[in-house]
Amino acid sequence: MKSDIVGEDYRILYDEQGNTVAFYGELSLSGSKDYEPIKQLLEEATSEELEQFTLDLKELYFLNSSGISMLSKFVIGMRKSDTQLIVIGSEEIPWQKKSLSNLQKFLPSLQLVMEASEETS
Amino acid sequence: MSKVFGHFLNTFPPDHDSLELNFRPSSKSIKERWRNNRLSAYFVANYFSTFVGSKKEDKDHERQLKEGKAAVSYIANELLENAVKFHDEPESSTHTIRFGIHFIENQLITAVIFATNVIKTDKMKPFEDWIQELLSVDTEELYIKKVEESLENDEQSGVGLLTIINDYDARLGWYFEEVPEDPTICFVTTMAQVTIE
Repeated sequence: MKSDIVGEDYRILYDEQGNTVAFYGELSLSGSKDYEPIKQLLEEATSEELEQFTLDLKELYFLNSSGISMLSKFVIGMRKSDTQLIVIGSEEIPWQKKSLSNLQKFLPSLQLVMEASEETS
Repeated sequence: MSKVFGHFLNTFPPDHDSLELNFRPSSKSIKERWRNNRLSAYFVANYFSTFVGSKKEDKDHERQLKEGKAAVSYIANELLENAVKFHDEPESSTHTIRFGIHFIENQLITAVIFATNVIKTDKMKPFEDWIQELLSVDTEELYIKKVEESLENDEQSGVGLLTIINDYDARLGWYFEEVPEDPTICFVTTMAQVTIE
């Protein structure tokens, strides 16, 4: 059963119709065991071959290295799938600018979309 | 007997600013206080941004400040998470985890973030070996290797320290120091220096 995951400072919402899992808030769980339910949600959401699947992180304001590892492992698992993986990030969130492109090192076909702010500067 | 690895600062200019927090690791379980790591990291990062100061009309400055604050939050959280996770001392001893930030201001501002915890002396050697590896190899390649290895073996991947080096251009250093009253344990301080502006 696929379902949303809601914690004290974060929400992870699965939109089955849109083939999207969106992360909101701040995520710093203590290690891979604590991240397992989230990784499972991602794996279940991509268990069937899809044209594309979107990981929407543009409102995830904080992620610790254990969370980055969890995403990396999920991305590595997508090597054996033909589903096009799209990751949406935000130019406005510094950790995403620093670290999200690392995901492409594990899956070069990953499409990374960094959305700019609506505000023009 | 003390040992230093990497870029470690033991002395600071006498007039520099700093902030240090102390935690009693045994006062609550790690799980209960885990969120405290991130909140403490934010606290230190907010202190950093106050130290640097805001110039609302200067967009470049504001962007650098935002990025600097985020870098301090991320790094401080990683160092504190590691200190809490690996702190290991006999029940009878009462050492605190020390965590904080120093600022060194020249033309640029360097944030020096550190965390000190206690480990068993017999864990020093494997830790030193890992530090030597971290300091001597291509850390981008090591990052890929460690993440791929973590598929098989989850624990102690070292990915956090590698992201601090690779993604935040921080210089890392370590200081091992004996605990005078107990030779079975030692203090280890991990330090990250990141230049902001």
